[in-house]
Amino acid sequence: MSKRQHISAVVNGDPVEFLSAPGTTLLDALRDELGLTGSKEGCGSGDCGACSVILDGRLVCSCLVLAVEAEGRRVETIEGLADGGTLHPLQQKFLEHAALQCGFCTPGILVAAKALLDANPDPTESEARYWLAGNLCRCTGYDKIIRAVMDAAAELRQVRV
Amino acid sequence: MSDVLERPESAIRVAAPLDDGHLKVVGTRPIRPDGAEKVTGKALYGADLAMPGMLVGKIKRSPHAHARIVSIDTRKARALAGVKAIVTAADFPDLASEEYEAGESASNLRDLSLNVMARHKALYDGHAVAAVAATSSDIADEALALIVVEYEALPHVIDVEAAMADGAPVLHAHLFTEGLAARPDKPSNIAKRNELTRGDLAAGFAGAEVIIEGRYTTAAVHQGYIEPHACVANFGADGQCQVWSSSQGQFMIRTYCAKVLDLEASDIRVTPAEIGGGFGGKTTVYLEPVALALSRQCGAPVKMVMTRDEVFRATGPTSGAVIEVKLGAMADGTIVAADVVLKYQAGAFPGSPVGAGSMTALACYDVPNFSIVGYDVVTNTPKVAAYRAPGAPISAFGVESAVDDLALKLGMDPIALREKNAVRDGTKASYGPTFRNIGYVETLQAIREHPHYSAPLGPNQGRGLAVGFWFNVGGESTAAVNIGEDGSAVVISGNPDIGGSRASMAMMAAEVLGLPVEKVRPIVADTASIGFSMLTGGSRTTFATGMAVTQAAQKIVEDLKRRAALLMDVSVDQVDYVNGVAVCLDASKGKADLTIAELAAKAAQTGGPIGAQVSLNAQGAGPGFGVHLCDVEVDPETGHVTVLRYTAAQDVGKAIHPAYVEGQIQGGVAQGVGWALNEEYVFDRTGHMENAGFLDYRVPVASDLPMIDAIMVEVANPRHPFGAKGVGEVPIVPPLAAVANAVRGAIGKRMTDLPLSPPKIRAAVDAG
Repeated sequence: MSKRQHISAVVNGDPVEFLSAPGTTLLDALRDELGLTGSKEGCGSGDCGACSVILDGRLVCSCLVLAVEAEGRRVETIEGLADGGTLHPLQQKFLEHAALQCGFCTPGILVAAKALLDANPDPTESEARYWLAGNLCRCTGYDKIIRAVMDAAAELRQVRV
Repeated sequence: MSDVLERPESAIRVAAPLDDGHLKVVGTRPIRPDGAEKVTGKALYGADLAMPGMLVGKIKRSPHAHARIVSIDTRKARALAGVKAIVTAADFPDLASEEYEAGESASNLRDLSLNVMARHKALYDGHAVAAVAATSSDIADEALALIVVEYEALPHVIDVEAAMADGAPVLHAHLFTEGLAARPDKPSNIAKRNELTRGDLAAGFAGAEVIIEGRYTTAAVHQGYIEPHACVANFGADGQCQVWSSSQGQFMIRTYCAKVLDLEASDIRVTPAEIGGGFGGKTTVYLEPVALALSRQCGAPVKMVMTRDEVFRATGPTSGAVIEVKLGAMADGTIVAADVVLKYQAGAFPGSPVGAGSMTALACYDVPNFSIVGYDVVTNTPKVAAYRAPGAPISAFGVESAVDDLALKLGMDPIALREKNAVRDGTKASYGPTFRNIGYVETLQAIREHPHYSAPLGPNQGRGLAVGFWFNVGGESTAAVNIGEDGSAVVISGNPDIGGSRASMAMMAAEVLGLPVEKVRPIVADTASIGFSMLTGGSRTTFATGMAVTQAAQKIVEDLKRRAALLMDVSVDQVDYVNGVAVCLDASKGKADLTIAELAAKAAQTGGPIGAQVSLNAQGAGPGFGVHLCDVEVDPETGHVTVLRYTAAQDVGKAIHPAYVEGQIQGGVAQGVGWALNEEYVFDRTGHMENAGFLDYRVPVASDLPMIDAIMVEVANPRHPFGAKGVGEVPIVPPLAAVANAVRGAIGKRMTDLPLSPPKIRAAVDAG
C-alpha cells in the first residue's frame, strides 16, 4: 500500500491539511478526513450527483476526483453554502417549496444549483432541468426542486439589482 | 400549479372528528422542522456516523446465480494483518422455518436469515457468503479476495415463466406449491397459488358482447433510493448491542436482528439514522445482523456501507411479472367478467407481492364475475422487497391496458367507462370488504374537469388515462407528547421520517394543543426511548402514528383543563381550552385565562410534569384511489418517448401538509414513469446482472420529466381525527398504464412489455 500524502487545500474558504492515500477520492477525504459528511455517496461512479462539490469554480462529482488533485485548490461543499447562520436563498427556497423529502440528494442538488446560478443567473426551466440532470432524486419527481431553483434565481436577481 | 379542490358542503358525507372547518395548522404548509439540518448537510444518514475504534465491514458475494457452496476457506484472510473478524453462515443460528410479522409483510425467518448469509447454496449473483471486519477499507477488500469459496455451479433460472415450467432448475428442494387442491408430489419453484373469485366467470363471458384479451409483462425494477444501505453496530462485552442504521423502522431492525442472531430484543438498542429514501426497500435487514455478528467476534464497532453495485445485486427489487387479462363487457361498457392471471418473481425466496397484486387488480371496478389467480415464483434473482404499493402497479398495468383497449373498442370515453364500472360507497370490494367514504368517483371527476383532459394534442402525441388503488394500513404505533416548563411541546415517535412525517406529527399536535407549529419539536426516538411502533411503510405513519400523537395531545388538553380548574378553583366542566388558553366558561367568576405556558410554569402545583403517551393499534385506514392523465410524444425515428404533461388526482382524505402530499404524488409518478419507460434488471446468460449501476439502470432525471400536477381530492376519512389517509403508495400504481396508454394513442399500437424502451417502440413503429 502506498504511503499517504500530505494535501493542503482551501475548503469553504478555510485552509485545511490532511493526509490521503493516492487512490482516495476527494469525497472520502471530505467525509472521513475532514468530517464533512454533507456530501453523500450514492453511487461512487459519478452517476447520481449526491457528492457534488465545486472545485475551483467548476461543478464536479467528488467521487470522481482524487483527493490528491485538491492540492492547492479551492473546494466548496454544502457545508459552505450558508453564510454563517443565514441560509443561502437556494436553501431557503428548498425549505419553502418543500423541495426535499428524504433529503439525501439535497446537498448535491443545492451545490449543483449554486453552480448553475453562478454561471447563469436567469436560467429557463429547461436549462435548469438539463443542468440538474446529473443529480438523481428518487423522492420528489423534481417538480418542487425546479420550482425552488427558479424562485431562488429570481430572488438572487432582485438582490443583484 | 397544484391545488386542493373545494368540495361543496353537501358532498361531505362524514366529517372527521376534529375537523370543524376552522383548522389553524392542519392543512397549511409550514417549513418542515428537520429542514434546516437537511439543506445544510448536517443531518446524519446511515453512512455518516463514525465511532472511535470503528472497523470497516464488507461482504463477499456469490458470483454465481445458483451454486452449491462446497467449502469456504477463510484461513488466509484471517492471517492478514488488520483483519479482526470473519463470519460465514456457520456464525449464525440455523433457524427453523417460521413466519414472522415485522416488516412490510410477514417474513419467513429461515429465509430471512439465509438471505442475510447463504448457507449451503448461493441463490443469486450477489448473495452474501461471508463477511470481514478490518481496520481499513483496503484491508477488508484484500481479505475478501483471500477468502476461498469453492462452488459447484448449478443451472439457474431468472424468467418467471421459465421458473414455473416443468424441468426448470429447482431452487429449494423443500418447496412444494401451496394453495393447490392436493399437495404436489414434487418440489416446485411455484411457492404459492392464490385465487380470488366471484360469481360465475363462464356465464359472465358467455353473456358479454365484447371481449378484450391481453398478455403483458413488466421487468424487475429497483426502488432506487439514492442512499445505499448503511449501519454501524457494536456488540458490547456484556451482550448489550447498539445499532445505528438507516431503515424504515428501528423496531423492525431490532426484531430481525434478535431473531437472526437469537438475541433478546431488549439487549439490542437501535437508533434510527436519517433515511435517504426507502420506498419499501428498507423494510428488512441485510447488513445489520452481519455487522453485529462481526462486532461480537472482535469486540469493536463495525460499520458497513453497501456500494451501489451491491444495492442492485443484493437488495430489493420488485418482481418482474407476466399479467394475463381477459375482460368481457356489454356494449354500454358494463364490465361483466374479468379473468386475471398474475405470475410474479419472488426472487430467491418465496414472498412476491402477488397477493396484494391480486387484491388490488380489480379494486377500482365493480365486476360481478371474476377470477384472479396469482403465482408466487422463486427465481435466481435477489429476494424481492416491498416497493411502494407492492404488487399493485404490476397488476394495474395489465388491467388498465386492457380497460383502455375496451374503451377504444367501444368508442367510449375512458373516464366514462371507468365511471360506469366504478366502485362506490357500499360496493363490496373485489378483495372482500365493503367500501366506505371513498373518493374514487370524485377523483375521476377531478381529472375530467381538469383543462388537461380536453387540451389539444399534436402529431406523434398521445394521451393516456389509468387508475389505481392501494389499501393503506394502520397498525401499532406509540407516541408521547411532553410539555416543557415554558409551554412548548416535544412529540416523540418511533417512526423514521422518510418524507416529512416529522412535520405532520408536529402539525397535528400543534393543532390540538393550540400552539404555533414552531413550538412543537418532533423527535424520532430509538427503540429504548419510546414504545413499539411498526415501521414506516404501507402509508401508515401520518394515519396511525398521527392518531397516537393526536390522542396524546388530546390527553394533555384534558389534563390542562383539570389543572386550570384547580388553579381557578372551579370545577373541570367549567373550563374550556381554546387556542392554547384555558378559559373559565362562567364569566361571572372573573377568573383570568391561563395560557399553556402559565399552566406549564405552575405544573408543580397541579400534579407535576405534563406529558402523555399513547400506544394504539390504529384501525380504519381508508383506501386511496388515483386517476392519472399522461401526454407523451413519440419520436418515430428514435423510438424515444417524451412525457409532455402529467396530471395526477388522488383521493387523499385530508392533506395534513399539502406540500408533502403533493410531493408523494409527484414522486410516485416519477418512479412509475421510470418503470414504464426506462428501468429494468438486465441479466446475462450466466444470471449476472449487467446493469448494476445508475449509468445503465436509468432512473428518471430532471430533464426527463415535466412538472407534475398533483390534485388532492379531499374526502375525509372519518376514522382519523383530521380525516387523513395514507397517500404515499397510490401514486405509483397508475403511471405504468397511463404512460403505455398514452404511447398507444401516439403510435396507434398497444405496447405490452415494459419498459417501453426506444428499441421496442422503434420495432413496433417499423412493423407498421
